[in-house]
Amino acid sequence: MENQIEKRIEIAAPVSRVWQALTDSRQFGEWFRVKMDGPFVAGQPLSGQITHPGYEHLRMEIMVKAIEPEKFFSYTWHPYAIDPKVDYTKEEPTLVEFRLQPTAVGTLLTVTESGFDKIPSARRAEAFKSNDGGWAQQMKNIEAYVSKTS
Amino acid sequence: MSAKRHSSTRAKAAVFAALGDETRLSLLARLCDGQRYSIAELTEGTKLTRQAVTKHLRVLERVRMVRGTRRGRESLFSFDPQPVIEMREYLELVSKQWDVALARLKTFVESDQP
Repeated sequence: MENQIEKRIEIAAPVSRVWQALTDSRQFGEWFRVKMDGPFVAGQPLSGQITHPGYEHLRMEIMVKAIEPEKFFSYTWHPYAIDPKVDYTKEEPTLVEFRLQPTAVGTLLTVTESGFDKIPSARRAEAFKSNDGGWAQQMKNIEAYVSKTS
Repeated sequence: MSAKRHSSTRAKAAVFAALGDETRLSLLARLCDGQRYSIAELTEGTKLTRQAVTKHLRVLERVRMVRGTRRGRESLFSFDPQPVIEMREYLELVSKQWDVALARLKTFVESDQP
């Protein structure tokens, strides 16, 4: 069974700029839609307040794993921790890894997220049911926004 | 830990317990072609009794790996792995979430490039 996600996106900006947008927690928060409480430090936990419309009541908790300047950034977290009543800290987190490579255009960013097989199956189903509509709408908003600005 | 969370862990353990049996795995292997089979068909060519096959199928049905439907007086069983489907749907959801977030990152970074 496939239990890993891999995404690639090419960005027309130098590696150094993309690195900043990823690892400066304030800039990270701009596009990830979260207000982190401080900077990312390898080996340190960090939390923040979600700023995504409709999810502002949620907090995000991550554990920063590795920071290798302009190459590699990783953290663990609990994806879809959308029920404030549930203590997700007892569940196995997933691992998110960002890799940067220079290209002719600018930067190739590869994101992988792995470890989904450890998430309780019932919660996977709940997350899907409770959030499908919300994310489908969100996708449309973003599509509209991106096509307007490009 | 709430009762609900406890039961989700239990449900997962039940799936693994159901799969941890040679007979049930061989039944699943038969059912994997997506066809619906009667208990008689699944018993044929095995050393098992109909009762034993029925019992194993019910175990798989309880953890939603197979689905039983009725045709007249007969029960037919097919492979319908809900836990596997839920995993795939969940990954698709998280995958979409990344698409959206990375599109925002691209816009964010490229908007201040000369």
